Amino acid sequence: MALMGKDGFYEMFGLPARFALDVDALERAYRDIQSAVHPDRFVNASDAERRTSMQRSTQVNEAYETLRNPVRRAAYLLRRQGIDPRFETNTAMPAEFLTEQLEWREAIEEAAESSDVRELDRLSSRLAAELKRLYAEIAHQLDESAEYAAAADTLRKLMFLEKLGQEIGDALEVLEG
Amino acid sequence: MSLLQISEPGESTAPHEHRLAVGIDLGTTNSLVATVRNGIAVVLNDHDGHSLLPSIVRYTKCGAVQVGYAAEAEQARDPRNTIVSVKRFMGRGLKDVTYIENCPYDFVDAPGMLKIRTVAGVKSPVEISAEILKVLRERAEESLAGKSGGELSGAVVTVPAYFDDAQRQATKDAAKLAGLNVLRLLNEPTAAAIAYGLDNAAEGVYAVYDLGGGTFDLSILKLSRGVFEVLATSGDAALGGDDFDHRLYCWIAEKARLSLVSPGDTRLLLTKAREAKEFLSLHTEARINASLATGEVIDLTVRQSEFWEMTRTLVAKTLAPTRKALRDAGLRVEDVKGVVMVGGATRMPHVQQAVGELFRQAPLNNLDPDKVVALGAAIQANVLAGNRASGEEWLLLDVIPLSLGIETIGGLVEKIIPRNSTIPVARAQEFTTFKDGQTAMGIHVVQGDRELVSDCRSLARFELRGIPPMAAGAARIRVTFQVDADGLMSVSARESTSGVEASVTVKPTYGLSDEQITQMLKDSYEHARDDVHARALREQQVEAERMIEATESALREDADLLSSEEQESIRAEIAALRRLAAGNDHRAIKMQVDRVNKATEPFASRRMDRSVQRALSGRTVASLDS
Repeated sequence: MALMGKDGFYEMFGLPARFALDVDALERAYRDIQSAVHPDRFVNASDAERRTSMQRSTQVNEAYETLRNPVRRAAYLLRRQGIDPRFETNTAMPAEFLTEQLEWREAIEEAAESSDVRELDRLSSRLAAELKRLYAEIAHQLDESAEYAAAADTLRKLMFLEKLGQEIGDALEVLEG
Repeated sequence: MSLLQISEPGESTAPHEHRLAVGIDLGTTNSLVATVRNGIAVVLNDHDGHSLLPSIVRYTKCGAVQVGYAAEAEQARDPRNTIVSVKRFMGRGLKDVTYIENCPYDFVDAPGMLKIRTVAGVKSPVEISAEILKVLRERAEESLAGKSGGELSGAVVTVPAYFDDAQRQATKDAAKLAGLNVLRLLNEPTAAAIAYGLDNAAEGVYAVYDLGGGTFDLSILKLSRGVFEVLATSGDAALGGDDFDHRLYCWIAEKARLSLVSPGDTRLLLTKAREAKEFLSLHTEARINASLATGEVIDLTVRQSEFWEMTRTLVAKTLAPTRKALRDAGLRVEDVKGVVMVGGATRMPHVQQAVGELFRQAPLNNLDPDKVVALGAAIQANVLAGNRASGEEWLLLDVIPLSLGIETIGGLVEKIIPRNSTIPVARAQEFTTFKDGQTAMGIHVVQGDRELVSDCRSLARFELRGIPPMAAGAARIRVTFQVDADGLMSVSARESTSGVEASVTVKPTYGLSDEQITQMLKDSYEHARDDVHARALREQQVEAERMIEATESALREDADLLSSEEQESIRAEIAALRRLAAGNDHRAIKMQVDRVNKATEPFASRRMDRSVQRALSGRTVASLDS
């Protein structure tokens, strides 16, 4: 049924298909639907119902994870427009951005090597600010101006930054573990 | 609570019928069983009034098995056949267990999971744990016998949140072997959060710090409007109070200049170390007195400060996963409203202190750290069994603790499902052939967050066969990884390009098949075939009753979703099942149960759609009102 179909994550939660998202409304709808379909509600039901419950609950989790995470949400919105952000445009990343990436990477490595937890925390905050700026940018591109090619570029940048965030987390984990 | 009214298809058709369900905390050191009685969760005691059952099993030559205090009393005299802390061995191979050289057992390495040679034969950790669970099941049945006259309908069994798939599967197998119907495997910190949250009407973000006898878990949960949502979990499946005992044991051995200690004396000194550790939680020094089998007499005094110093690194080892969980949840220390302490080892003042310093607030201790997990499990069991009153329901959303991935070229791991994904969760991955005419492909599934396969836990290796021969890269094999609400994984695969669809379902290699469990049961009944048959029949009859009840209830609520032909065919299958269930052919009953399942599949799907629509429309009404 379409309501639960893969193409209808926003429809599943009864929300407008925009990047700018009412997170509280998403959370409420998610919980309400999970309350109806979660396997804990079907422990004494027939096998058919238990299986259906697990499938539905899995789909709802997938939809929620996709919409909750800004990077996945943007990718999903682009896919809805028929654009695969990984392959659609072959434009190389701007040289300036790539240089910045290298600088980030060096800074993370340096802080990790000198076991500088405070520096890693600082980098993490800087990264968060940069992400926020790009979220605003992509929100405009997706929701207002409908510049999907530009949005795909922004999304690729976001993916780079997300990877940096993971690297900072990994470095912290090594230092704290 | 919101105004939303949703149908409860899983609920009992007879609202007044109370199903008997228990929560079981299968601990490293102690185990407990609890139930909800008159709306209040209580721990069930044994005849002597003990609530804790020491998780110790002793095998004797004559075949008798001692469990609990009786086994504990013999542990120094018969260390080889008296298994303590068996939980550390669940789903583990020999190389996975730390300090295994200090264990007095005769280990047998077996693929996937080690075994122990005892005077009563070679035993797996699953069988040993099942002995503990059997005692708890009997305790529950005896104490519930007077009530409602029914039998035990099921149990929620707790596991450390950081347990991997192998350890979870082993626990579930042990419960099945003990004759329990497992309603759900529940993470220990989540169980504690239920008990704490419902007791205190808590709202907001809470951390649960659970340091048990052999495992450490840290879970971050968001509690709001009747939903317990785990945001992140972390831990160390091989760190607990036992390790504190071990440090003190080493200190004793060093001070007393002991070199070779016999298994019996090791056991004795570990017990003395544990007693001293517990004493030091309330006193500034403890005396350690012991007479060894060698004739040596130990008489030492350990100061609290010395003990804290020698175990400082152990406490520090718990703080790293704590920070990691916070980071994974995207939260800072100041976002955490309270820290709930669980597990006997959290009684140690220096643990409390370290946690308090990290979170910059005094930890919460208002529930008994030994009992809170069992109580939470009992509350959840009561809900899952369908005993909740409307308005009392809540929802539990838990996560997978470790990433699932597959091996790629060079022994590297490609993550398929990241840690802290809310369960149930599934991800599909597409694979292709790399040689012309290739008809088979090996897939290696691992669990863990490290980059190298060798640093992760191997869960399953399987081969996809019967791929139609095609040019390299032409075949499309879609492999789906599914983790269910118990945190257990299954894998299925499908080749679809050629129109030939091969589908396999893979169970992890270390899990027991139903046949193996039946065999083990047979062995334990010592070839009493009738018992085995009676049990199989009873199981199928219970399944049939459940099926009939659930289907009839669904028909009463939503028959309008079916055409009259569909209704008729379902009713016919149900009638056939009822007839067969009155007989004694368990295979025939099982086959008919499967037929009913098949017949009701589209109905189940339509009902699910309806309840989702109701949930959403209910929400709209609720938000208009607020």
